[in-house]
Amino acid sequence: MSQEPSGIFDMLGPIMIGPSSSHTAGVVRIGRVAHFLLGGPPEEARILFYNSFAMTYKGHGSDKAVIAGLMGFAVDDERIRDAISIAESTGLHYAFEPVISSAKNHPNTLVIYVKRGDQELTIEGISRGGGLILISSIDELHTNFTGQLPTLIVRAQDVRGAVAFLAAILTYDGVNIATLTVSRRAKDDMALQVYELDEPLREASLAYIRHLPWVRAVHLLPPV
Amino acid sequence: MRLESFAGWRRMAEERGMPLWRVVLEYEMHQKGRTEGEIWARLAQVYAVMRDAVETGLREPRQTQSGLVRDTGKKLLGATLHVLSPEFTLLLAYATAAKETNACMGRVVAAPTAGASGILPGIYTFLSKHHQVSDQTLYEAMLIGAGVALIIEQKASIAGAVGGCQAETGTAAAMGAAGIVYALGGDISQIFESVALTIMNMLGLICDPVAGLVELPCVKRNGSAVVIAAAAAQMALSGDTAVIPVDEMVVAMGEVGAAMDTRFKETALGGTAATPTAQAIARRIWPDAELVRREDPPE
Repeated sequence: MSQEPSGIFDMLGPIMIGPSSSHTAGVVRIGRVAHFLLGGPPEEARILFYNSFAMTYKGHGSDKAVIAGLMGFAVDDERIRDAISIAESTGLHYAFEPVISSAKNHPNTLVIYVKRGDQELTIEGISRGGGLILISSIDELHTNFTGQLPTLIVRAQDVRGAVAFLAAILTYDGVNIATLTVSRRAKDDMALQVYELDEPLREASLAYIRHLPWVRAVHLLPPV
Repeated sequence: MRLESFAGWRRMAEERGMPLWRVVLEYEMHQKGRTEGEIWARLAQVYAVMRDAVETGLREPRQTQSGLVRDTGKKLLGATLHVLSPEFTLLLAYATAAKETNACMGRVVAAPTAGASGILPGIYTFLSKHHQVSDQTLYEAMLIGAGVALIIEQKASIAGAVGGCQAETGTAAAMGAAGIVYALGGDISQIFESVALTIMNMLGLICDPVAGLVELPCVKRNGSAVVIAAAAAQMALSGDTAVIPVDEMVVAMGEVGAAMDTRFKETALGGTAATPTAQAIARRIWPDAELVRREDPPE
């Protein structure tokens, strides 16, 4: 979590669609992370609203907010209000499920299952208040990023030296790593590396990483 | 460079021979690496969104999905009987209209939070329309307001879940009072007195949203908060003081927030939210308990 001192536009902002920074703006941002990881809007979406969200998601427009995010809308996009009918007109199939679970520690947790073509994705996000978010897992692999910085997300085989290799590429690009989270399903199984960056890496480097034999998928998420 | 207390802020301004707003501007340039030009452009954008929130709130039919809030700003705009003056009624109309824009899923500036997003738009619109304050002066007033909020955030809180409604509408009102005093020609002491007086008058206000929605009492309180801000600014501009220094009032606000029962901090378990009528509204609005799946992990 960011311990940086606030700036004046944290006090005079964010510019957002109401009513709630945690239940609307934060939820849009979690949906947008899924949008960018899928490379576009999903064809199917199932959204689990946990705990506090389970009771309050409708009244705060969190249902519209998550669909808006999945469509790629930003937090200040006035189409958020009509996001569900817009998504329906594009043929999106969706379902919302309110769930109370003691396994989710944060009161404002949501889990998104989405499909687009032959791609499937599951992400879990937490809306921390003030529009701030934390993505806590991707495809059930643990992670920890805020979506405030350009974020390099690499899903790859768990191989020796992978982190050092990618870190070297970032160094050659002159890119500073703000945070790094690594997790894996099991030894030599699927691993997830997430780099929060102070600036984006070069398109050519991204293409190079994408073609490494042990890499399954690479995404450079813009700040959401 | 830090902005941690009102005394420190005044010292920086006096030592460098610059107005309060320029200290905040330089803080932002230093802290976030933005250029002065970027900051003015962003302030203009924020101000445009605020003015738009007031205008659409007054123009378009306004009703929240729950039906708890309906055309508050427009009712005030159409009032023919004025308790104080027509301008007073308009100030209320501007603030509540902007807050209704937020409640109806319109575009707002969370300043400092979405729950308090009608207060500064109400005050700035009023200063522009009824005192002919220039946009540039309002941008400077916004910088001063941001400085007020940055200090309160560090020494108390600006979140209802942490400090109650005093933290949200109280902070916004304090930002707004400082802006009124600045825009109407007050000096540093008068600006700080208006902040101290606003906090003094909003101390202890709980956050008790009906059914947990950012609607009731939020919209009404955005209205009453601009009145308290205007009263504090009037007192300060007339030469009255809070006696207690503003830095001490901020600490008091933090202490009250910390001691406040969690029922009164955005949980919708106390105050207005706990009244029988509010409870009935909550039962009507929220999904039946049986629709909510319970998923507990094996022990």
